[in-house]
Amino acid sequence: MPETYFEAINLGKTYKTPSGDAVIVKGFDLKMQKGEFVCVLGHSGCGKSTVLSMVAGLNDISEGSVLLDHKEIEGAGPDRGVVFQSPCLLPWMTTWDNVMLGVEQVYFHATQEERNQIVEYYLNAVGLHGAKDKRPSELSGGMRQRVGLARAFALSPKMLLLDEPFGMLDKLTKFELQQVLIDLWNRERLTAMMITHDVDEAIYLADRVVMMTNGPAARVGEIVKIDFERPRDRRDIMSDPRYLEYREQLISFLEERVYQMDEAA
Amino acid sequence: MNGAVVDTTTAPPEGAVKAKKSKFTYNPNRVAHTLNKLGLGYFSPFARLIGKDEPAKQLREIALNTLLPIVAFAGFVIAWAVLAKAVQTDSVQIPSPHQAWYALTGTAIPAFSHPFPESIEGLEAPYFADNDGMDPKSINGFAQAEKLAEKEYMISQQERVDKFLARSEEAAAEGDTEKAAKYKENSEMFASKTYQGNKTFYDQIWISLLTVAIGFIVATVVAVPIGVLCGISPMFNIAMNPLIQLFKPVSPLAWFPIVFVFTTWGIATPPSDSIWQRALFTSAGVVMLCSLWPTLINTAVGVASVDKDHLNVAKVLKLGWAKRIGKIVLPASLPLIFTGLRLSIGVGWMVLIAADMMAQNQGLGKFVWDMYQNGDTMSTAQIIVAVFVIGAIGFFLDRIMLVCQRLVTFEEQNI
Repeated sequence: MPETYFEAINLGKTYKTPSGDAVIVKGFDLKMQKGEFVCVLGHSGCGKSTVLSMVAGLNDISEGSVLLDHKEIEGAGPDRGVVFQSPCLLPWMTTWDNVMLGVEQVYFHATQEERNQIVEYYLNAVGLHGAKDKRPSELSGGMRQRVGLARAFALSPKMLLLDEPFGMLDKLTKFELQQVLIDLWNRERLTAMMITHDVDEAIYLADRVVMMTNGPAARVGEIVKIDFERPRDRRDIMSDPRYLEYREQLISFLEERVYQMDEAA
Repeated sequence: MNGAVVDTTTAPPEGAVKAKKSKFTYNPNRVAHTLNKLGLGYFSPFARLIGKDEPAKQLREIALNTLLPIVAFAGFVIAWAVLAKAVQTDSVQIPSPHQAWYALTGTAIPAFSHPFPESIEGLEAPYFADNDGMDPKSINGFAQAEKLAEKEYMISQQERVDKFLARSEEAAAEGDTEKAAKYKENSEMFASKTYQGNKTFYDQIWISLLTVAIGFIVATVVAVPIGVLCGISPMFNIAMNPLIQLFKPVSPLAWFPIVFVFTTWGIATPPSDSIWQRALFTSAGVVMLCSLWPTLINTAVGVASVDKDHLNVAKVLKLGWAKRIGKIVLPASLPLIFTGLRLSIGVGWMVLIAADMMAQNQGLGKFVWDMYQNGDTMSTAQIIVAVFVIGAIGFFLDRIMLVCQRLVTFEEQNI
């Protein structure tokens, strides 16, 4: 059994409100191995994004802790590359500068030439080399999110955190971007946690799909292991009988068992 | 495997080639867009018309945009001409449009009767002929008279220079070196003299612009950093807020005596021919104190309302504070900062006239004040000209700032 690289232990988030504490997440436990791709699936508003932003260090942890590479995380940092739902590019910078901003920060000891190579490599990898001097306003939604991916990967982070990165894209663009993401990931095998509410996306990308119960006090409900070997081909997977099984498992959880678990809790 | 990826890598260069081709053809849409962006939106129908982009629609638009304001302005001038006759005191009347025109140009419009018949009685042609036919009491006539006087002065100075040089050479030829040196010194003294005439209206416009520029620049240098601090630190904002709210509404006339003490204390009396008079700094100081606030407040609001997503980027990348401000906070709040600057320059220009009057700075305010002291209809007509000029300059300053504002405003992301 390979060792645990990432671990969320009894993670919880509570907001104090005038009418008492609002418990969003409680007792969220998850272990991940190095190079594993985990999708976190759940109904919208259940607290998936809260978990991810706590791991990213953008939201304070109320309870429990997060270990990454044997160290407890404290605040945000470039060792965790985040891809947000909206690409969050800086509109006054070109594509190149947007990626370079992070690269300069992480590779502060490298020469300018080396940094240029890194930015160039990742822009090529996401297919944006021709658009390196464009500003975000000149790019389509899909292209912007490609920049977002390049920016996150270019940090060479220990862990990749994706918060519904393709949630705002149309289906075709989404397929394209999933391909870009998985190609990049295949090259680097970063440990990745991705929030999504798209069942097919989760099956196609993930090694394991973690399903969260509904809030308040959301936690890990069930975990489904997706056993397709990599690299995966979308058509092969979709014609595989296991695909429907996984799909059935995930959807039945989201439609039925999640409510039973709520009642039990 | 990378099918989709490769497709998009080749797509942008194709687009670039297309863009290059279209550079050589006239693109009315693009020209119109640029004109709009430069604050010259009025001319964009003309640009479209040249490009034959829906000519009928453009002509209609031009007619609308041009005729309507002309009609309104004509209506204003007529009402002015009619009503001006009604307001009359012992010494002054409200000048008519024709009198204002005469006060500017120094010449009457031929088709009408002379606007100031009493002033030219017995003088007429010979008196104005020396001044290119312009009444030297008018704005342009006075400027012309000053120009001629300067020319005359320079000629007479040159004569003196030449005379002393000739004497010096004479003395040198006679072998009297001491005398030669003295004459030479005299000639140099005359050569170094410049004409110390009166300030014309046009000099005063430049001095006003210079004053406002100094006041505005200092205000910006003070307001932006304080505004950034207010936006970043809620504590600092709370601390500063009473001061800002307290001083913001203060009239320039109230600031003047205080600024006057500062400039008297801080600035040595300059030579009388320098343009850097103390009054100029006093006036600029008042402008600064009044135009500070819009920039400060807008900067604070801009910095405080930087998109949280953008700040998250800074957090994730662990940017140091200098980079965070330089690369994220300032660029993100530039549009609002420039909104503040635009308001500031408007306030500054408005305040300047009053400040010039109080400080006796040689700007437009002093022009208005001096004309007011003259107290006749001709002077009042010149004040009316000054009012138009002040308005026009204020409008242009605003336009310039508008263009700057548009240039720094990035198109928001749609997603």
